[in-house]
Amino acid sequence: MKLLTHNMLTSKCIRGVNVGYPLSINASDVRVADVDFNPDFISRMIPKIDWPVLYNAVERLGHVEDLPKETPVNYESNEDFLKKAHHALLEVEIIHGELVCPESGRKFPINNGIPNMLLNEDEI
Amino acid sequence: MSRPEHLAPPEIFYNENEAKKYTQNTRIMEIQEQMTARALELLLLSDDIPSLILDIGCGSGLSGSVLEENGHQWVGIDISTAMLDVAQDREVEGDLLLADMGQGCPFRAGAFDGAISISALQWLCNADKSHHKPVKRLYKFFSTLYACLSRSARAVLQFYPENGEQMELVTAQAMKAGFYGGIVVDYPNSTKAKKFFLVLMTGGNVPLPKGLDSERSSEGIDYSRRGKIKPQRGQSLKSVKSWIQDKKERRRKQGKNVRPDSKYTGRKRSGRF
Repeated sequence: MKLLTHNMLTSKCIRGVNVGYPLSINASDVRVADVDFNPDFISRMIPKIDWPVLYNAVERLGHVEDLPKETPVNYESNEDFLKKAHHALLEVEIIHGELVCPESGRKFPINNGIPNMLLNEDEI
Repeated sequence: MSRPEHLAPPEIFYNENEAKKYTQNTRIMEIQEQMTARALELLLLSDDIPSLILDIGCGSGLSGSVLEENGHQWVGIDISTAMLDVAQDREVEGDLLLADMGQGCPFRAGAFDGAISISALQWLCNADKSHHKPVKRLYKFFSTLYACLSRSARAVLQFYPENGEQMELVTAQAMKAGFYGGIVVDYPNSTKAKKFFLVLMTGGNVPLPKGLDSERSSEGIDYSRRGKIKPQRGQSLKSVKSWIQDKKERRRKQGKNVRPDSKYTGRKRSGRF
């Protein structure tokens, strides 16, 4: 799972959970893949990204690599920053581990890079 | 044709065997790709802006590959682990999630610029478990989908409705969740090529796009054509030029590959042949 997806993912589908965001990560296997850099896409995504959540996720996985704590002004023309954001959003992947709902503590296992978000009958 | 959703729930029907078909059967792959391309066209995204798209029922990622070719990033959800494993083996660029669309889309508000779904929605109309209530599951799906799309985004869902009631049920739940839109039918005159696309819009009621080859309304029979072809005496009905042109027109409307009309159409071969 890429951190872009983690930034969008919530556990609000569980009954009784209102926000369910951000999900905390317990990762046992993290890989760095090689993905083509698309500056247009990244700069379009930046306003949608919850930056502190992304920063905390990257920090937790130990892949900070001088990613700034806040988005700089004029990030569209700052290619150096966009490359760092690209690395954090698309290249760092969680292969095994689990996601934890911040409200209910429900755990969602990640196997082979695919998080299992299926809920049980009594949780819907 | 038997409908797979009557045989078993999706997570059981799409086992390793069934999933393998989606990488080996070129016909399945071709149809899936065509439908995705059409859904993408109905999504009305601008070509040069890369977007983030949600693929509901992404399966082995065939539809995702089409999105990648068009320069978009995607996130796919599916309920079948076997299909997702195949997608993982194909090394698709999109991110995959194991989730049930009937339990809702687990995303933050306004996360996606658009959503597509190819041949998945009909599965929601069935109650596979005792606690499944199709109407509730459909509503939950559409309302959470509405929330996770950005304003002015669209969702295009291709599906195989079993009958008119099912189509009505699905559309009614989508409208209840706040969407505008309706069903676009491609090739309405053909049984095989006919495809249903549920086009849902979040911002403002814009007229629905036209289905392919539907310039003539398909309601009722066109009586003016009745008795148009009068066979000449001594000549068989089907060798008349107008009949041949008519037949070609009908086949064209069914979306079939038909040779263009020329001056030789419906003409007798010379004796030398």
